[in-house]
Amino acid sequence: MGQITLENVAKSFGEVEVIPPLDLTIEDGEFVVFVGPSGCGKSTLLRLIAGLEDVSGGKIVIDGSDATQASPAKRGLAMVFQSYALYPHMSVRKNIAFPMKMAGIDEAEQKRRIDSAAKALNLTDYLDRRPGQLSGGQRQRVAIGRAIVREPAAFLFDEPLSNLDAALRVGMRLEISELHNRLKTTMIYVTHDQVEAMTMADKIVVLQAGRIEQVGSPLELYRNPRNVFVAGFIGSPKMNLFTGAAAVEYGAETIGVRPEHVSVSADSGKWKGRIGVSEHLGSDSFFYVEDTGLADAVTVRADGEVAFRHGDEIWLTPAEDKIHRFDKNGDRM
Amino acid sequence: MATQRAHKAARLMISPSVILLLAWMIIPLGTTIYFSFLRYNILTPPASWTGFENYYYFLTDPAFIPALVNTLVLVLGVLAITTIGGILLALLLNMEFWGQGIVRILVISPFFVMPTVSALVWKNMFMNPVNGLFAHLFRAFGLQPVDFLSTLPLLSITIMVAWAWLPFATLILLTALQSLDSEQMEAAEMDGAGWLSRFIYLTLPHLTRSITVVVLIQTIFLLAVFAEIYVTTAGGPGYASTNIPFLIYNLSLKQFDAGMGAAGGVIAVIIANIVAFFLMRAVGKNLEL
Amino acid sequence: MARQTTTGQRALVTAVAWGIGILISFPIIWTVLTSFKTEATAIASPPVWFSFDWTLQNYIDVNTRSDYARYFMNSVVISIGSTLLGLAVAIPAAWSMAFQPTKNTKNVLMWMLSTKMMPAVGVLVPVYMGLRSMGLLDSRTALVIIMMLMNLPIIVWMLFTYFREIPGEILEAARMDGANLRNEIIYVLTPMTVPGIASTLLLNVILAWNEAFWTLNLTTTNAAPLTAFIASFSSPQGLFYAKLSAASTMAIAPILILGWFSQKQLVRGLTFGAVK
Ligand SMILES: Nc1ncnc2c1ncn2[C@@H]1O[C@H](COP(=O)(O)OP(=O)(O)OP(=O)(O)O)[C@@H](O)[C@H]1O
Ligand SMILES: [Mg+2]
Repeated sequence: MGQITLENVAKSFGEVEVIPPLDLTIEDGEFVVFVGPSGCGKSTLLRLIAGLEDVSGGKIVIDGSDATQASPAKRGLAMVFQSYALYPHMSVRKNIAFPMKMAGIDEAEQKRRIDSAAKALNLTDYLDRRPGQLSGGQRQRVAIGRAIVREPAAFLFDEPLSNLDAALRVGMRLEISELHNRLKTTMIYVTHDQVEAMTMADKIVVLQAGRIEQVGSPLELYRNPRNVFVAGFIGSPKMNLFTGAAAVEYGAETIGVRPEHVSVSADSGKWKGRIGVSEHLGSDSFFYVEDTGLADAVTVRADGEVAFRHGDEIWLTPAEDKIHRFDKNGDRM
Repeated sequence: MATQRAHKAARLMISPSVILLLAWMIIPLGTTIYFSFLRYNILTPPASWTGFENYYYFLTDPAFIPALVNTLVLVLGVLAITTIGGILLALLLNMEFWGQGIVRILVISPFFVMPTVSALVWKNMFMNPVNGLFAHLFRAFGLQPVDFLSTLPLLSITIMVAWAWLPFATLILLTALQSLDSEQMEAAEMDGAGWLSRFIYLTLPHLTRSITVVVLIQTIFLLAVFAEIYVTTAGGPGYASTNIPFLIYNLSLKQFDAGMGAAGGVIAVIIANIVAFFLMRAVGKNLEL
Repeated sequence: MARQTTTGQRALVTAVAWGIGILISFPIIWTVLTSFKTEATAIASPPVWFSFDWTLQNYIDVNTRSDYARYFMNSVVISIGSTLLGLAVAIPAAWSMAFQPTKNTKNVLMWMLSTKMMPAVGVLVPVYMGLRSMGLLDSRTALVIIMMLMNLPIIVWMLFTYFREIPGEILEAARMDGANLRNEIIYVLTPMTVPGIASTLLLNVILAWNEAFWTLNLTTTNAAPLTAFIASFSSPQGLFYAKLSAASTMAIAPILILGWFSQKQLVRGLTFGAVK
């Protein structure tokens, strides 16, 4: 079990309100990702759930019982920290055993769980090493192992992959997803990498300045961003946002169109511009089109074979049914 | 709530240290200030109020000006020797050579010698005009041995104290030197900077903070030099090697004039606080929480 | 810098460095050598370097004649006692300041440092009189307490700088793993802080061992430690070089050895963490 409900949960540090009262329900077995710009309160929200910070108001309910005042240890949650937070003076085996030792689980059961976690995480050969003798990816796996053996109601991850290099990050991302498929335990995962958010989540929670901007599945957010902020935040490269005449034409304050929903042509189209920077990745080409009168640069994604270069004149045409319209408050129309 | 309880516990854990230090600061210091306004001879107790008389007598005591000058000469002399010597030694020890570990131990050892031992060893075995090593050395060159402690008492004490503090300066500057980014040095070399300009424009600025710390911390200790004088010259001949601490000791525990000793103590505290002010600023800057 | 130096350069640097190293530590080397000479050889002109009849007689004499053991024990009790007492008071303080910093933490630390700046001589009179009226002059108790107060700021600071290096996330991890405060201290905090505490202990034993203002002024015989013992060689006994050397060697040897082990911590401790 691992259903977590936040009711009116708020947090202030002294005078500063970091998280205004918010409600959120996380269903059992869900993989929920918190995304948002740096400093928006993702870690704080996670730590409130973990019990590492006290709420300034509201209620945290875990599996139907009020856990607002419960100590971290009593909440039955496991956390994987960004810095891994392994105990440097203990071997890998002891690190993984620590939460079980604290819970008073008997030795035989401890051994069984360590062995099975080590096998699942490819750590069998490293059990007697110290954390200092492991690579970043291995340390990450130990931290996950330490979380798994507790058989928690939910896993909390705070940017667990941000200290790894790009290739390892992709590998670990898959491992964590697999782990979730296998264990079916609730996971709450904080990141500001939106690729991680899109690929791993069942449900994404977009935060800004401590407020929840939108909650939904990755494709929901991609297709129907509720406001300009979510529109700009989800999707890579970012959605193009235009104001002024181009928006008025559609009867909106702001319109947005994703780079992949603009087609290019050498001789005809809706908007005319000149290519500033062009990036040819092989599979795709990205063009940053200037002098369109819409915005400083319009990002366009085209097929890898399209051969425009710097300085070329280019015509752009948005896919009319993929245009997002937003009103004066930035909300979707 | 959990973290609020933790804060209360935190305050509880800090208070013994704070209370002890507060008591250690306020009670004796308050008493010193109180005594400094009394005519108070330790041997013939009843004390009487005299106002600022003790300060007047202390500041006009024939020993005061010499003691103040001696204190300054001692502090500045030792500082000059130890910082310049320390920089040179640190540069040397930072080079590659065989037996670095042992040489390091040799260089820092004097710091661990208790002041009374170092003072007596220097006084008797080195500076003694008859049997001291310096006397042997002078005679070997056909020179007249010098009676260091009678003719050059302040210089002799400066040497003893500098010997004890040179390792401290060296060790700290060496530590700082080792944290100098070697890529920065290489970049400067690529830019065509010679040995001297690299020292002036990179090494010295890098060492500035450590030098400041060395100077300030040593100053605190050097203002309080006592044992070296106590076991060698006893402040003499005349007042030639009396510094402020020794003068106060003399007034209070030798001449039993607690009032005047206390007035001197207040003045010593004021002098130390002026230095402390700068030290705190230097240390405080590095304390990010 | 990281460049390969030629063997020739290296040999030259080696010679210079060793020369200077020996010169600087020469008074210590000379004292140790002299302690094994007879009084006559000790003042021989020209000085004798190594080719003399080595004798332990001076050590025996110093021990039998002057009750060296008592001074030594006083030094041990005062330096170790004051340090342990200081640690007991300082560990909780440093711990909470490092792991539960508040707005005031920095100010408290700076203030503690400032008490270290107070010159001892400024409070000599009241401390002396106070102890005299309590009958605590020349007592180990008084010296243990005063030495503890002298070094408390350094102890707090050193511990603080060590504790602060322990990432807070590790303690949070322990809390998440179900450790209560007691288990957190036993299984996580203590093993990680022991090295820092040991260095702090070492440095403060050294400082207390060598302290020579309060020990000289507040003791006469009963509680006198080695600093005072050596001071009694001031004159004319000091002219017996071999015995002075033997006594000096015994007084500095233990601390010299401890000191060699604590080089690195020394820098941190004495600069209040400003240089690491
Ligand atoms: N202990 C604290 N005291 C005061 N303010 C805090 C504290 N912890 C966090 N904050 C503030 O709360 C806000 C949210 O911080 P939080 O760490 O939750 O951001 P985040 O979304 O995790 O950012 P990042 O992506 O950079 O990790 C920030 O403005 C931060 O400065
Ligand atoms: Mg964060």
